[in-house]
Amino acid sequence: MAFTAEPVARAIEEFNKLPGIGPKSAQRLTYYLLCSPDEEAKALAEAILALKEKIRLCSVCLNITDCDPCLVCQDKERDHSKICVVERPLDILPLERTGRYKGVYHVLHGVISPAQGIGPEELKVKELLSRLQDSSITEVILATNPNVEGEATAMYLRGIILPLGIRVTRLARGLPFGAELEYADDRTLGQALEGRQEF
Amino acid sequence: MGAPRSYQTQAIIIKQIKLGEADKILTIYTPEFGKLKAVAKGACRPRSKLGGNVEPLTYSLVLLAKGRNFDIVTQSQTIDGFLALKSDLWRMACGLYILELIDSFTMEHSENRPLFDLLLDTLHQLCQADSSEIILRYFELHLLQYLGYRPQLQQCVNCDSPLKPVVNFFSPGQGGILCPRCSGKEPMSRLLSVDALKILRFWQNCDYTIAKRVKIKSELSLELEQILQWYIEYLLQREVKSTAWLKELRKRIIS
Repeated sequence: MAFTAEPVARAIEEFNKLPGIGPKSAQRLTYYLLCSPDEEAKALAEAILALKEKIRLCSVCLNITDCDPCLVCQDKERDHSKICVVERPLDILPLERTGRYKGVYHVLHGVISPAQGIGPEELKVKELLSRLQDSSITEVILATNPNVEGEATAMYLRGIILPLGIRVTRLARGLPFGAELEYADDRTLGQALEGRQEF
Repeated sequence: MGAPRSYQTQAIIIKQIKLGEADKILTIYTPEFGKLKAVAKGACRPRSKLGGNVEPLTYSLVLLAKGRNFDIVTQSQTIDGFLALKSDLWRMACGLYILELIDSFTMEHSENRPLFDLLLDTLHQLCQADSSEIILRYFELHLLQYLGYRPQLQQCVNCDSPLKPVVNFFSPGQGGILCPRCSGKEPMSRLLSVDALKILRFWQNCDYTIAKRVKIKSELSLELEQILQWYIEYLLQREVKSTAWLKELRKRIIS
């Protein structure tokens, strides 16, 4: 890009590395920032820097946080005897949005995926087991995704947690609100039937 | 009128990768077209009508629309979800292992009907029986056969002389057995016991119901596993990643 000033070319190149951003979008974003007020560009730059400098993993639940332990783990109001195990930090957000869960979390940072060579050693399973040494923990809720890999991970964890004498539960499976029976797959519908409740 | 814009096929879902916000790229194995890649739009959304019908280890009837790069899955109905396979950690690991083998060995758009039938049959077998080790070995042996790598187990691959009931040698490079006299000429060969050779020969020419009747001791089972996996990894020129997970689970089952 001989006609582009070096800082502009560099910004375009960096934007281009982001997922879902092609060369054209990268150019558009760069020129947008170029024309935007100084404060806006600075705020973005600072936000990105802070992301890398201040964010780390909570030493307890391994969620991403800017204070250690994270706000959830610090909260005395929450029920620390229940641990909800999730695949990724992002999975905590929808669970929190429900407003129904008052326990704490544990983030695995991945799922068992044999075809990609990801086994339990690559996940934060050891950290989970050392948390479970605490006798006050009464329940582990397995909230990995209901797909093949999430299910394999859940079954594996059940196998190693049950012998510790801790109750292991799994998020229920059933029909999502607004769904149609016609399109439900057999497994989901079967489990929705098995898990039916008094109405 | 040009070629029809959509077509229907049976498919076994082998793999899925997330694409963008809520789409998935599926790798499917079909009887008519071999391996295909197709996009399942919106499959990550809870309310998706594709969702559970396009999970790996599912046998589905899918309707595909021709797309520019990938075809697009427009409808899908599960024929068999292999629930027994998905609710047991060991069996699921076996299932994922055979899917990885199929994915590694096949090319897109190359039809192989016997291989499809073998895959489907194997998944059914894994759901029923306990003899999963035999099923895996039988699958490996016949997979190699349908891909054109059927090991030569009757004569020595070097001198063509009939094999005697003594300890022979297996050579992945030559794709078969070497008699003791010829084994020196091939540096990459491994001992193969008489029993192992007998079982491999027997499996090569029978179907699942008969193959499963064989009772094999754990040492022999290990020997067969090592020989076949050695051959497979030689052909692929890389390791099969799922084997690590199978080994780990096996250790846990034993302990």
